[in-house]
Amino acid sequence: MTEDAGSYCPAPKVGNSDQITLTHGEGGRAMRHFLRRTILPVVGNEILAEMGDAAILPPLDGQPVFTTDSFIVSPLFFPGGDIGSLAIYGTANDLAVAGAKPLWISLALILEEGFSLSLLERILDRVAQAAHRAGVQIVTGDTKVAPRGTVDGLFITTSGVGVRSYLMPGPRSLSPGDELLVSGPLGRHGIAVLAARERLNFDPPLRSDCEPLFDAIEALRQAGIEVKAIRDATRGGVAAVLHEWAEACGKTMVVEGDKIPITEDVRGACELLGLDALHMACEGTMVVAVPSGSSDEALCALRRVPVSVGAVRMGLVSEQRLSPVVVRRVVGQLVPLDEPAGSPLPRIC
Amino acid sequence: MKYLDEYRDPAICQRLIHAIRREVTQRRTIMEVCGGQTHGLLSHGIDELLQNHVALIHGPGCPVCVTPIEAIDLAIAISQRPGVMVASFGDMMRVPGSQNSLLGARSNGADVRMVYSPLDAVTLAQQFPNRQVVFFAVGFETTTPATALAVQQAAKRGLTNFSVLVAHVRVQPAMENIMQHKDCGVEGFLAAGHVCTVNGYESYHTFAETYKVPVVVTGFEPVDLLTGILECIRLIEAGTPRVVNCYERSACARGNRHAARIVDEVYEPCDRSWRGMGVIPGGGFRLRDAWRHFDAEGRFIREPVSIVTPTACRSGEVLMGRIKPTQCECFGAACTPETPLGAPMVSSEGACAAYYRYARSRVPQNETTAR
Repeated sequence: MTEDAGSYCPAPKVGNSDQITLTHGEGGRAMRHFLRRTILPVVGNEILAEMGDAAILPPLDGQPVFTTDSFIVSPLFFPGGDIGSLAIYGTANDLAVAGAKPLWISLALILEEGFSLSLLERILDRVAQAAHRAGVQIVTGDTKVAPRGTVDGLFITTSGVGVRSYLMPGPRSLSPGDELLVSGPLGRHGIAVLAARERLNFDPPLRSDCEPLFDAIEALRQAGIEVKAIRDATRGGVAAVLHEWAEACGKTMVVEGDKIPITEDVRGACELLGLDALHMACEGTMVVAVPSGSSDEALCALRRVPVSVGAVRMGLVSEQRLSPVVVRRVVGQLVPLDEPAGSPLPRIC
Repeated sequence: MKYLDEYRDPAICQRLIHAIRREVTQRRTIMEVCGGQTHGLLSHGIDELLQNHVALIHGPGCPVCVTPIEAIDLAIAISQRPGVMVASFGDMMRVPGSQNSLLGARSNGADVRMVYSPLDAVTLAQQFPNRQVVFFAVGFETTTPATALAVQQAAKRGLTNFSVLVAHVRVQPAMENIMQHKDCGVEGFLAAGHVCTVNGYESYHTFAETYKVPVVVTGFEPVDLLTGILECIRLIEAGTPRVVNCYERSACARGNRHAARIVDEVYEPCDRSWRGMGVIPGGGFRLRDAWRHFDAEGRFIREPVSIVTPTACRSGEVLMGRIKPTQCECFGAACTPETPLGAPMVSSEGACAAYYRYARSRVPQNETTAR
């Protein structure tokens, strides 16, 4: 990295100039220089450019919604996504599924000493692109550098603020007959990251579904659909969402096995590894509950938006049964669907 | 998806179910040997559909379940030696030894890696020449050829930092052990399709004759399982204890001779302790003398590892098919997939885990159907 003859003093060089050093996180001149040179040009906006201790935000026209999430993923880049876009979409989606329009996001980086600066720049580019796509501004942030070996490359924490635009009564309101929709094929993120991490060379590579969901939810709102609950099916996949909902409403979620949307490549990978796509994480796919009889209209609205073009009806809410979540399998039996326990482990044979 | 959808066809399944119900004259007892079959039966609810006609006894064919506690404790002890990296299959990681699992050992700082193939462990040994890489070789005849090949590859590449901790098991001696038990009520076997793919099924002819039970080589999908059960019922009803192959797309009489040859070059049968079942004569494999220098136990363990066996767990009886998992007092209470007491609760192929997942609470039928 060469220094331009600007008003900044050069950062102290320690070792390889393409590497993050502990000085980058220590709040002094090197830090300020690093922020001005590396972070601001990529993700900046007028609020962030103030570089104050806190972002001063415009008044909100409505109820504020606030969320936070941390992102640890290996590898940092995987087919269909990367830690940067994941950190933005993850938080923006958490706001969106709560019925909010995502507005502002904070970005906190914890970097490992020795992390490549050019790699960080690539990730920040992805952050900026994702923020643009999700319609959010990064308004405040923080950078810390941890000694080598104490962090696996880069951890990101994002918090987000949105304004509530869509009122949903939530999963406690679910009642028998309500219909369960899913916005697209399941398990793509979990399988893509697993394949990338373990270097399972599927051809073509399995791609993550890492995408912003706000447009899909906005389509439902604009179509005037009365949605009861929405959740993005992240860790634990659709199975985890359905278990949480079953617990919240005290009813049973019935999934029709032959209606579960799953791409051929994810299905093949799951069969090969002995995994269940219902347990695999998604990062741009959500479960939607609508009252009985309104699923056709909801599906029609969802399918008009690219991110949810593959939306289908997957099941319904029934009176409470012995198991909170059941799946109808090919021989017609309703079989309990287990809650995911820990990360899925591939089978021996 | 080819090779999948045709074996999950609901109409074919229904026809087979009707045929089984029609042809059985009294409730018959069949053991499915392989844990993959147990998983298939329970995850589709087939055992429940047939419960008035066929009692399905879940056999010992889950590789991680029968791996003895001693072997896991040995693997953990080896992982704690300086400069050692232990690699094994994913679902071996959570299996409890007497005090800890490999995953627990990793949390405590041991270098434990999950691999998808034993050959990946050989590659690790090449990548980390300053570390001793130990592959924890578990499994039935399905995984044995790949670990044997890994040993041969390591030798070919001149790797002195690769070794194997062998805990391989052989399925037929276990079936014989079950039949020799005096109160065994098994009338027919569904033989493990994938083991037969490697080994063939010629050796079952003597078994079927000796114990007067039919053996049906069976696959893992719903249509495979139901076809196998129907064939087994027909043989039982006709009183013809023969061997029939219902998994022809994968298994043939003589098996995979190339794989068998590699196994035979590297391993020889030996008596082996099975978790919950005790020592089974000829129930395992060990390295032949010519390959003994790849034996991790000999390389790293100087003194015997002491074992504390949990007493309340009845996984041995489950593995022998004497009780259903739900009949164990610990099931679902002290023993769950999160806090397993016995190995059958860990692996997705284990009978206890399959019951916990799919049969903890049987669902009444005539459910409302989503449109």
